Amino acid sequence: MKYLKISGLLILVALVGIQFIPTSLNQSEVVPPSDFMISNEVPEHIERKIRVSCYDCHSNNTEYPWYSTVQPMAWILEDHITEGKEELNFSEWDDYSSRKKRSKLRSVKSQIESNKMPLSSYTLLHRDAVISEKEKKMLLEWLETLEAR
Amino acid sequence: MRVLQVSLGIAILSFASLSAMPGASTPMQNRPEKNGNGINAIVQDEIATTIVNQYLDLKNALVESNSEKAAQAGGKLAKTLKKFDVSSYEQGQQQELKEIVEDAIEHGEHISKSKIGHQREHFEILSEDIVDMVAITGTSQTLYQQYCPMYNENKGGFWLSTEEEIKNPYFGSKMLTCGKVQKKIG
Ligand code: HEC
Repeated sequence: MKYLKISGLLILVALVGIQFIPTSLNQSEVVPPSDFMISNEVPEHIERKIRVSCYDCHSNNTEYPWYSTVQPMAWILEDHITEGKEELNFSEWDDYSSRKKRSKLRSVKSQIESNKMPLSSYTLLHRDAVISEKEKKMLLEWLETLEAR
Repeated sequence: MRVLQVSLGIAILSFASLSAMPGASTPMQNRPEKNGNGINAIVQDEIATTIVNQYLDLKNALVESNSEKAAQAGGKLAKTLKKFDVSSYEQGQQQELKEIVEDAIEHGEHISKSKIGHQREHFEILSEDIVDMVAITGTSQTLYQQYCPMYNENKGGFWLSTEEEIKNPYFGSKMLTCGKVQKKIG
């Protein structure tokens, strides 16, 4: 019993302690001209869906949710952002070579098609980021037209 | 490192003088005179050949549906691609080569850490990169560009092979012989 109390206390202290470790924020005031939404003509309903579902991890601007101030959630999110941006950064879209755009576009389609993105750990708390079957069809059809251009 | 470089240089020089003898094999690609006469051009030709060979290892692993082997080959390929220096190629082609290499590295890296289905997705785009690369660098061996129209829900996918006989890397044993030769390269 005594051990349990002590270790419980230790965990509590640790949990409180890590709240004071600062994290860096992925936020930027300006939207660069290379942004996907600027360098392409994107219909409003498509833009809204991609922003809500993908931009938190794949752009230079994250809309931080309430839990992002609580550790260890903030770290997990930070990790996703770093990794996600490395894979695909919508803010830098137009700086990609046309080969890279083509390649990324295909990945985007297959990730959406196979329900791998947005990450399920994310949609758990972000219900509005969930992509319904209807929205999926709409996104894929539009992405197809973009590729043909 | 230094010693290694020097001995590599000597090895290459002797190789180069051998191949300059009448009847020896021709260089892979007609490079512009000013770029094509250095050791670097020869080294880069070697690297380009290694890239194609590692791509073929990857293809063979996928034919066997061996995800682990494919991952290894993908990792090796990405490493070799990173060593590839495009500066000995024609000026007008350097930018495209650079973009090809950059894209192909990403696919190789993904393949090195994913499961078979995802490996095949990246392999398909990688195949386009390698075809485009070979169009610029040339190839020292004959390659067959092969195509199976059924991959990816009938969107189709192609790949390169050294054999004319079809062994499909997209379906493995499920549909090993789907495909036909589209083009003979080199
Ligand atoms: C919670 C953060 C998060 C959200 C939201 C998110 N992603 Fe990702 N994404 C990641 C991470 C992390 C990776 C890299 C690791 C991986 O592939 O799982 C990634 C990888 C990718 C890749 C590369 C995958 C590959 O292996 O080829 C694509 C493409 C992608 N995401 C597209 C999207 C799209 C499109 C959306 C919106 C519909 C989206 N992502 C939403 C975090 C996220």
